[in-house]
Amino acid sequence: MSDFHPNARGGFLENTLEGLHSAMERALYAESAAQRDGVLQRLDARVKVAGALSMLVAVALSMKLWVIGAIFALAIALAVTSLITIGALAGRAWLGALIFSGVIAIPAVFLTPGAPVFGSPMTVQGLRTGSFLIMRAVTASTLIFLLAYSTPWSHILKALRIFRVPVVFVVILGMTTRYILLLLETAHDMFLSRKSRRVNRLTPAETRRLAISSSGVLLHKTLHLSGEVYQAMQSRGFRGEVYLLDDFRMRSRDWFATGAFATLAAAFIFLGR
Amino acid sequence: MHIPDGYLSPATCAVAYAAAIPFWRVALGRVKRAMNSRQIPLLSLFAALSFVIMMFNLPLPGGTTGHATGIGLATVVIGPWAAMIAVSVALIVQALFFGDGGVLAIGANCFNMAIAGSLVAYGVYRLVAGRSALGSARRVIAAGAAGYAAINVSALLAAIEFGIQPIFYKDASGAPLYCPYPLSVAIPAMMLGHLTIAGLAELAISAGVVAFLQRSDLSLLRSTAGGVRSHDEAGIQPRPLRSLWASLAVLLVLTPLGILTAGTAWGEWMASDFADPAARREIAAVSFRHAVPAHVPEGLQRLSTVWTAPFARYAPPYIRGALFGYLLSAMFGAGLIVMIFLLLGSFTRSAARLGSDAA
Repeated sequence: MSDFHPNARGGFLENTLEGLHSAMERALYAESAAQRDGVLQRLDARVKVAGALSMLVAVALSMKLWVIGAIFALAIALAVTSLITIGALAGRAWLGALIFSGVIAIPAVFLTPGAPVFGSPMTVQGLRTGSFLIMRAVTASTLIFLLAYSTPWSHILKALRIFRVPVVFVVILGMTTRYILLLLETAHDMFLSRKSRRVNRLTPAETRRLAISSSGVLLHKTLHLSGEVYQAMQSRGFRGEVYLLDDFRMRSRDWFATGAFATLAAAFIFLGR
Repeated sequence: MHIPDGYLSPATCAVAYAAAIPFWRVALGRVKRAMNSRQIPLLSLFAALSFVIMMFNLPLPGGTTGHATGIGLATVVIGPWAAMIAVSVALIVQALFFGDGGVLAIGANCFNMAIAGSLVAYGVYRLVAGRSALGSARRVIAAGAAGYAAINVSALLAAIEFGIQPIFYKDASGAPLYCPYPLSVAIPAMMLGHLTIAGLAELAISAGVVAFLQRSDLSLLRSTAGGVRSHDEAGIQPRPLRSLWASLAVLLVLTPLGILTAGTAWGEWMASDFADPAARREIAAVSFRHAVPAHVPEGLQRLSTVWTAPFARYAPPYIRGALFGYLLSAMFGAGLIVMIFLLLGSFTRSAARLGSDAA
């Protein structure tokens, strides 16, 4: 989400509804993709989290474009074998990363001091730094989407415990992902009902009022829901102690994948120096 | 403002994580101590709310739209430490599952927005709101100022993190390895959008929702009101700041008048002025006809290149219109000064409170 959108098209209600719908659709796609019978889906969540992070570190440390390209190619191969379509990756991971990084990288091609490319205002150093930005952003985005699309979100959050993330933090993260979907749906219904009763386009002032009052109403609903959730937790025996069901089991293929990720990450870091 | 992966070096990311972890630990500890287990669903739901609010794009003056982050609102309603956790959780979920912001950059994004943003928002809110009644208009202004200050401080920190990359990380050919823009470009480029557009969105949401809560459920503003309970129980009413803000706004609008004045202030010459015959005549005229040095003084020449101000001579190079450049410089300068004094005031008050506690 960028902070401002100078060329936003359509009305506030339409744009907001589209944004909310797209976020819900993305979450649902991730859940369905995580159930497929692909290579990554069969691995333990902890292995995938550690593998994705080690590859991200290799991407960030690499000072050679071809090494980042090799990690990107590996990510594509993993996506294909995990039954995650290239179209899904392109629409959800690459497009946003390319647009955001392109806006920043293109001026850098001309503004970075260095040797000109065939007498043009572009510089060799500018082209190189722009390529680094775009390659890193797209590869990192692909790795994270692979993780999010091959693993149930609740498993990813539980796997964060391997990094000593406090249990209470993991529980809050888990509840947040669940309630984001609920609040997205609530906000979607609020705006849809407003849209269905609207005859004319809203003026900017009316739109601001609508956004602010909707945020206020959503805040009320949130606090009300928080009380209800707490009562539900208490009725199920919650007394303030937080426990996490840890049902992960490492099998031989998980150990093999751990070794493969560790070897590849070390090789990429070494080659990218 | 969500920094993606690839823009910051791993070392910067590691430093940001190291800076964020102590705050997260203190925040979790405080939240656990201050509240009961009821806090867990509240924090989760507030993080979810912050996520959803980020999807509302408000139309802003100039035909653009901007979205708020909810930092100011979360801080005003649940306090800075709980807001720190809630906004961090929202940012982590965005990075992990929605690709908004990098995973290695989570530490930096959380430090900029959740940690620094919440603390600044709280300081500004308490300072501006003072001991005013919960239902007063001053609290609405305070919430707006808190949101505005929070997002701008967050943007400034992000700009500094971007801007230091080309200083430290280049390859053998001199090409920057991460964000390529130096501080002189990164700071104005980030602040331009945040002082004018994103800041306004944050201001509108924070102030608007607090005004909404004043009409619908005043009790929600109690936890950060510092003991003020209702209009009747409000303590001493400080002098209203409304007229002061209005005067500041009028002065800002009038700043382009400065373009009409001719000449340079005495002693504010640039090194290049010593080589310009017209500028030399001007220097001599205002220096009681003292002889102007034939060459630029060596020390002046050397030191003048140490720092290139992003808004040099109140005319940013990337703004074509002198009028707009002057006005933008005034807004940036005034905003920065107000922010510094608000922070200083907040620190002074904290120190005074600690002193009185110790006594």
